[in-house]
Amino acid sequence: MDAQSLTYLFVALSFSLYIGIAIWSRAGSTNEFYVAGGGVHPIANGMATAADWMSAASFISMAGIIAFMGYDGAVYLMGWTGGYVILALLLAPYLRKFGQFTVPDFIGTRYYSTTARVVAVICLILISFTYVAGQMRGVGIVFSQFLNIPIFWGVIVGMGIVFMYAVLGGMKGITYTQVAQYCVLIFAYLVPAIFISMLITGIPVPQLGLGAEVADGSGLSVLDKLDQTLTELGFAAYTDGAKSTIDVFAITMALMIGTAGLPHVIVRFFTVPKVSDARKSAGYALIFIALLYTTAPAVGAFARLNFVDTVHNTQYTDVASWFKSWENIGLIGWEDKNQDGRIQYHPGAPFEGKPTFGPERRADGSRDVTNAPTASDNEVYVDRDIMVLANPEIAALPDWVIALVAAGSLAAALSTAAGLLLVISTSVSHDLMKKTFAKGLTDKQELFYARLAAVTAIGIAGYLGIDPPGFVAQVVAFAFGLAAASLFPAILLGIFDKRMNREGAIVGMLAGLIFSISYIAYFKFVAPETNNADYWLFGVSPEGIGTVGAVINFALAFVVSRLTAPAPPQVMALVDNIRIPSGVSKAQDH
Amino acid sequence: MDKNNGSKADTGYWRANLRLLGVLLSIWFIVSFGFGILLVDELNQFSFFGFKLGFWWAQQGSIYVFVALIFAYIHLVQKLDRKFGVSDEDEDPSAEGDA
Repeated sequence: MDAQSLTYLFVALSFSLYIGIAIWSRAGSTNEFYVAGGGVHPIANGMATAADWMSAASFISMAGIIAFMGYDGAVYLMGWTGGYVILALLLAPYLRKFGQFTVPDFIGTRYYSTTARVVAVICLILISFTYVAGQMRGVGIVFSQFLNIPIFWGVIVGMGIVFMYAVLGGMKGITYTQVAQYCVLIFAYLVPAIFISMLITGIPVPQLGLGAEVADGSGLSVLDKLDQTLTELGFAAYTDGAKSTIDVFAITMALMIGTAGLPHVIVRFFTVPKVSDARKSAGYALIFIALLYTTAPAVGAFARLNFVDTVHNTQYTDVASWFKSWENIGLIGWEDKNQDGRIQYHPGAPFEGKPTFGPERRADGSRDVTNAPTASDNEVYVDRDIMVLANPEIAALPDWVIALVAAGSLAAALSTAAGLLLVISTSVSHDLMKKTFAKGLTDKQELFYARLAAVTAIGIAGYLGIDPPGFVAQVVAFAFGLAAASLFPAILLGIFDKRMNREGAIVGMLAGLIFSISYIAYFKFVAPETNNADYWLFGVSPEGIGTVGAVINFALAFVVSRLTAPAPPQVMALVDNIRIPSGVSKAQDH
Repeated sequence: MDKNNGSKADTGYWRANLRLLGVLLSIWFIVSFGFGILLVDELNQFSFFGFKLGFWWAQQGSIYVFVALIFAYIHLVQKLDRKFGVSDEDEDPSAEGDA
């Protein structure tokens, strides 16, 4: 069988598995729909959390980003794992003890205010939609590149699958599907990584291979060879960063506390039976996540080494076939500036913007890039997202590995999309309808609205995936900053500062959210030409501004709460109650 | 963090818990923001299993410590729970009936 038939086979098999699970675990009550009945085992919940958490960005893009950022890639590695320490130590156990369905539920009850609840719902929807659009796009891209299906139909198929298990199964269906999806995605990530580590260093453990000697007789370690090769070509050394220390600090912090404030991650801890199980789940989740996150830097470094080796100074007519196939889809572009027929790879953009191509091919068969060339010596444009997807081809791995990577990236994108769609629909049916605008709903009606909201959310997510407005791709990464600046401080203060009141929380959330959105919007849309360190506040880029937003949120909430009346006694009693683990109850329908 | 703690039984537990959190979060901060970011250039002068040490902390070591920290917390806070009689180990919430 060729790679494409194998890919069809793997994708079809994994999809039937997900649908089978969905039918087996159909939700019958709001309790099952929202929190899977609250009876999920901590290890299963850890796997589900890991799949929920690791998105198309983790699976497809991260290693590629690290490959091209070198040391600076650490912001993602530490930022997206360190958040689990905060979750496990500061949030998850207490939120489980609180024992309701959603993050706005906690904020609305703790701050005895419908306004606070609605503000939390707005934050949640903003965060989740920016995030989900990227997932649907990821599904579309995988379909179009591996199966030659147009992005439109790829997204439609993805929507259908998510519809099956999210709308029918709710949290229960999603949980058990995500367990399966975790297994698929981690296997698909590790297999090519192990192959490539063997190929380059002879060591089958990528985490060790990254520090080992390159098996080419040079006696250099992988990282030393990368540093040497890249500096010769004019790049900064791989192990040095280009970002300023303060920016690395701010981005890492924003990603960490943003992770801890992401509603679709937090809600996973409502599904386990006890407080001690919520702690354990966070621990297992991080083990499962760390498996991929400690492999990614190795994949990134190997990919960069491989890329330079295969591409630099190679005659176009002799270059490996993967180069040409990605060129055909427009994710690689080559402009032979010095007319020597060879590909030269150096720092800087080769030409202005993403490549556009003329209708005719050049004499050597390469595509005719029509962009205006830059003064740089660099001749190659390469989209960073292709590194993980192209890795098996670059390393000439067997076809079934390529098929596996396709199935794995779909698992990563679909599991995250489903988790996000669920928190969106839950917050609409539960927090907006039942708790705010239609208080008399029966359990059955509420379940109906939850499903209706899930269908609507899938429709919007699909639209954003098929026809993303220009801004979507750019703002996906900012979901973390928004979560860091809005929800995280309100939740943390709700647990650790008993006196914190409604006024402080609402002012803090709104200030953090509005500040961060304005800062991002200013540098991304209003004045993108000034988006550099000279103009940034304290030298913090829009990616890291969530940290400053969170500080503003904390400070304002503290000051305002001290100038207004403290939280009422029954709320203080609630805080006392969530601080001790014993006496937990099931998440209640009410 | 607050002085007007309501239920007397929980005061000691909560203080002990905050102390434990303080210790663990200091380690969390030191390995990631300390070793991986602020001190990275100094540590990079040392070599560790073929890695520059600061680079290793930033891209590998901190993640291993994060995992260890969570399991250390699970273990230590469980001991606190038992000591103060607030453990939920023997509870069976499913016995309370399905909602």
